[in-house]
Amino acid sequence: MSEAALLPERPLADDAGASRRLIYALQECLRSALSAILQHRLRSFLTMLGIIIGVASVICVIAMVQGMSSRISQLFEGLGSSTLTLQADTPLEDRLRGQINRLRVTDVDELRYRVEGISHITPIVPVQAGAVNWGAQTATGQFFGTSESLQDVQHLFPRTGRFITRSDDDSRRRVVVLGDKVRKDLKMPERPEGEFVQLGREWFKVIGVMEPRGEVFGQNLDMFMLMPYQTALAFSGTQVRPDFQITFVVNDPDNVDNVKQQVISLIRRAHGLKKDDPNDFQVQASDSIAKTFSQVTSMITLVVGGIVGISLLVGGIGIMNIMLVSVTERTREIGIAKALGAPRRFILLQFLIEAMVLAVIGGLIGMVLGFALAYGVAGLIPNFPSPSVPWWAVVGSAMFSMLIGMIFGILPASKAANLAPIDALRYE
Amino acid sequence: MIELTDISKRYLLGGVEYPALDNVSLSIRRNDFMALTGASGSGKSTMMNIIGCLDTPTSGSYSLDGEQVAGLDEEALASVRNRKIGFVFQNFYLMPRMTAVDNVAQPLIYRGISPAQRRAHAERALQRVGLGDRMRHRPNEMSGGQRQRVAVARALVGHPELLLADEPTGNLDSRTAREIMDLFTQLHAEGQTVVIVTHDPGIAACCKRLVRLHDGKIAEDRDV
Repeated sequence: MSEAALLPERPLADDAGASRRLIYALQECLRSALSAILQHRLRSFLTMLGIIIGVASVICVIAMVQGMSSRISQLFEGLGSSTLTLQADTPLEDRLRGQINRLRVTDVDELRYRVEGISHITPIVPVQAGAVNWGAQTATGQFFGTSESLQDVQHLFPRTGRFITRSDDDSRRRVVVLGDKVRKDLKMPERPEGEFVQLGREWFKVIGVMEPRGEVFGQNLDMFMLMPYQTALAFSGTQVRPDFQITFVVNDPDNVDNVKQQVISLIRRAHGLKKDDPNDFQVQASDSIAKTFSQVTSMITLVVGGIVGISLLVGGIGIMNIMLVSVTERTREIGIAKALGAPRRFILLQFLIEAMVLAVIGGLIGMVLGFALAYGVAGLIPNFPSPSVPWWAVVGSAMFSMLIGMIFGILPASKAANLAPIDALRYE
Repeated sequence: MIELTDISKRYLLGGVEYPALDNVSLSIRRNDFMALTGASGSGKSTMMNIIGCLDTPTSGSYSLDGEQVAGLDEEALASVRNRKIGFVFQNFYLMPRMTAVDNVAQPLIYRGISPAQRRAHAERALQRVGLGDRMRHRPNEMSGGQRQRVAVARALVGHPELLLADEPTGNLDSRTAREIMDLFTQLHAEGQTVVIVTHDPGIAACCKRLVRLHDGKIAEDRDV
């Protein structure tokens, strides 16, 4: 036995301020949470699994949807809200009766000569033809007649050769510009200008090939062939009214709504509609497709988020279950802490933080896994856009995991905090 | 310093009220070295729980170091235990996952003392009980006597008014028990108030004052 005095020298250091105390308490709770989690590694991991799977699937799905949606917006880039498209529209009722509305060829002229402040008036008329042949090769796709301004409104330019010109249109030349996929299907050389392809019984001279655009959702965007507008009208001249659309650019972006109204009333008059008749056409901004798509993607994100939210709830229940077991196992320890003067709120905080740490670690593992999964899946599917994870998904999943831990930690933590010290000490 | 007046504690057992303590009055002076004895069921444990602020009496008043304790809520009692009472238990009741120094520092956590200071105080307390070379050991790496010394260091680290020991030698062999009792005797000599709850007459004989409970009443209160 030492000769030194047993009793400590007085006084003991002064208590710290309230904020300092809270920091020390949090520090201690965190330390004890990590030590408890590390002591039961396997059990902790299995407990986290629900959260891990939930967060991993959220991150994976969001990463892929966001990747796709940024690809789509790239495609529609440059097609601002000042590019409008006029196309026929048939109410469902009429469509059921077999009555389909069409634009008229003269509508192009109406636009061209009677509306001010618009340019790049580009008619796009589908050509009814089964397939295109070059020698023994056959290719299918969508065939359109259009004018030279299509380049500007769709930001689509020839890779080789040239595009349709006004003089092609004026003299109804029998020339075509190919989409890259059609060229490949026809097994034509890289630079096929000057070759002749056969469409029905007519021969067309190839004057250029467009820049490839790749695939979206497995649909190849390069399966098309373009010819001059007037040529297309002549080619399908004997057929019924073609279902064509007219794209044009409003020069003053601030004036779009005004011009749109002007076009609507003009075409109504041109189509001889009465006051109460509904429009048999519609005018849409070209970026409306992109807008619709982004609505769809946010819908997918929401739905998946909801489903995964449920799986996170299940994960939270798992955490609650294990925490209840843990409280029972550590009843004696809780009793000792209480005998030593641990306040109720300290024990509460300790177990709450343990549940939250479990959930957050699970969330972090889930995020890493989700990233890996998204990149893995995107890598396996050819042509799939590379995934991108927005910051809000990362922050959101972290916060949500923490929230889950908090919600499902409260019950076990308050059970621990409310133990009576003598009962807890005596617990065997 | 400690004044228990007309303390009663009644339990309900199967619908029948059972008095564990019946109007007990007891006064413990500063630097008392008291043994609280009694047969099993005499109310000894109940008395110790009430003195230790682990339990509240059904009626009566309890003044500890000038502070009225009876009737305080659990949160206030926790604070009283933390500041005024140092416990030593028969089964040591150390935290199995924590080192000796962390065990000793534990009561200081609830006082809002910084980790560095807690550690410094705990290390000094361990050195004083002769365990300066066992600071980083966990309870399962120590002998019973060493564990009980860690527990004594933990009880003393916060400068309690009262050191309350519940059968502190119950799980120790006689030689180690002797050492622990020497520790208590030395603490008493240095001015610490010590109350030992025991049924062992040998242990009680080491104390300066003996209080024997019988059927919830004080049957004997004498100086040894």
